Amino acid sequence: MKKKKRTGEVRYAKYGYIFSLPFVIAFLIFQLYPILYTAFIGFTNMKGVIPPEVHVLDNPFENFQQVLSSSTFQTALKNTFFIWIINFIPQIALALLLTAWFTDRRWKIKGQGIYKVLIYMPNIITAATIAILFKAFFDYPTSPVNDILQNIGILKEAHNFLVSKGVAKGIVAFIQFWMWYGYTMLILISGVLGINPEIFDAAEVDGASRVQIFFKVTLPNIKTILLFTLVTSLIGGLNMFDIPKLFLLGGPDNATLTTSVYIYNQAFSGSYLYNRAAAASMIMFVIIMIFSSLLFLLLREKDADGYGADISKKIKKQQKRDRKLAKKGGLA
Amino acid sequence: MAKVVKEMSYADIPKKRRPKSHTGKKTLIHIVCIFLSILSILPFWVMIVNSTRSTPEIQQHALSLIPSTNLVKNFQILTGKSFNPLTGLMNSMIISVGVTLLTVYFSSLTAYALVAYEWKLKNAFFKFIVGVMMIPAQVTMIGFYQMIYKVGMTNHLSVLILPAIAAPATVFFMRQYLYPTLSMEIVQAARIDGAGEFRIFNTIVLPIMKPAIATQAIFCFVNSWNDLFKPLVLLTDSKKYTMPIMVSLLRGDIYKTEYGSIYMGLTLTVVPLIIVYLLLSKYIIAGVALGGVKS
Repeated sequence: MKKKKRTGEVRYAKYGYIFSLPFVIAFLIFQLYPILYTAFIGFTNMKGVIPPEVHVLDNPFENFQQVLSSSTFQTALKNTFFIWIINFIPQIALALLLTAWFTDRRWKIKGQGIYKVLIYMPNIITAATIAILFKAFFDYPTSPVNDILQNIGILKEAHNFLVSKGVAKGIVAFIQFWMWYGYTMLILISGVLGINPEIFDAAEVDGASRVQIFFKVTLPNIKTILLFTLVTSLIGGLNMFDIPKLFLLGGPDNATLTTSVYIYNQAFSGSYLYNRAAAASMIMFVIIMIFSSLLFLLLREKDADGYGADISKKIKKQQKRDRKLAKKGGLA
Repeated sequence: MAKVVKEMSYADIPKKRRPKSHTGKKTLIHIVCIFLSILSILPFWVMIVNSTRSTPEIQQHALSLIPSTNLVKNFQILTGKSFNPLTGLMNSMIISVGVTLLTVYFSSLTAYALVAYEWKLKNAFFKFIVGVMMIPAQVTMIGFYQMIYKVGMTNHLSVLILPAIAAPATVFFMRQYLYPTLSMEIVQAARIDGAGEFRIFNTIVLPIMKPAIATQAIFCFVNSWNDLFKPLVLLTDSKKYTMPIMVSLLRGDIYKTEYGSIYMGLTLTVVPLIIVYLLLSKYIIAGVALGGVKS
């Protein structure tokens, strides 16, 4: 931005602080303090319904060691990553395929608007509801899935799907996939629409095929957005709670236990092991901060005026278009 | 949203120049898209239909696409136990409206501070916001719960609302929107007219930010409405339960064989969302594309 525009700002500098103050105060009370307090609890003996006098343990890292060596936590961590991966690979693949179809300049698929609305819909529905709905769908002995499989003759009698660890994990991953591929698709489409159309013109003139254009032009140009999607999805996946918690309560035999469910169970499901839960939280916090700093670097990369150039650019473009339209309207 | 593009008719193009026909591929694309659309609708359709069927009907055939006549009875069974949709609706409404108002107002204010003024810590503050915007509620919950418990504020809806004043991801989005949009000339002109800084923000800047506020308000409301983790930890009094907690009760033993009423309860939470979604879908889809923030 031009310096000239911003003369006389020194006088007003204090308002920068004043207007940020509510945010800062709320952040300190409701986010920073809880994080520090969580970290502190991780080093203490705080457990039980009415915790005894809280003090730092003789071996301050005892809780952390216990969590890291606990086979339940290890299972939870493995499950979390496993479920995320088997949901993310088909999710990004399908989202890319739909993006390629919907943004194709020659095909101009009709009815896109309705497809997008329907495909995105599961994303805004309460995850808690969806978890219980899918539980009802696969229940034993009475459930829609059992009913249809018996009707078309695949099953002779009702089958209890939900006692199988593999099936349970698969369904949780499927629900995540089903809820999020529409979101990912919309993000990718907006990325492709942000590419300068001249690049596509040039490729078409050069006689590049659809597949060539997609892999050689489209994909390299949405690299940043793809990485952004990957990182945000991973962080979201690491916090997966509603679906695994309500679908099978982490079972069968911890097969769908995720780290968030583990933390919740340690603290709030009757065992009151706040210190253990806090240690597990901090371990997750460190893992998430590592991925988050990756995102931070990503957003800073190739950016003229700070961060997230993609969004700024898109907004600028939109405003230009609006202005043009307004002018036209004014002249008419 | 898709604009209906009027395609030139084939007859208009000389035969030699007609593009290669893609009818086969296009048909395949439509088949896949229709399949995916059905995949999005079907679970909810089965759910709504089953909420009108009696438990014996469901036990006989759990899958049906045709509604039955048991709607009212299912509702009575459902509400005869611990599921109280009105309480859930009220509490969820209070929390979500409160969270949305606080988030969009204070995020806009903070974004304005970051765009309109030159102050020493500005850049550091912005970097900090970007750095912390991905921290999820889950990892700070133990400390948060203990803090709230110590001051005796569990079961107060306000502890779920007030933290919304600090929403780093929304500030980030608002700042990205405001930066290219805000013209300092207008602000200067208002200053010359004698308007105070706070009034300028409320009467001039907020209206400028309307599109961004609308987008963020929708997502903020939906995220807050759907949140299970925080209310589940902080609200233990059944009079304070939110909709997602009500839903989680359907998982319990008291509804074990009441299939019809379980579907009824689920339907009650989904139908309002679907209606609102379909009404606002245009804005929501555009909002996601603009970088709607994931919770």
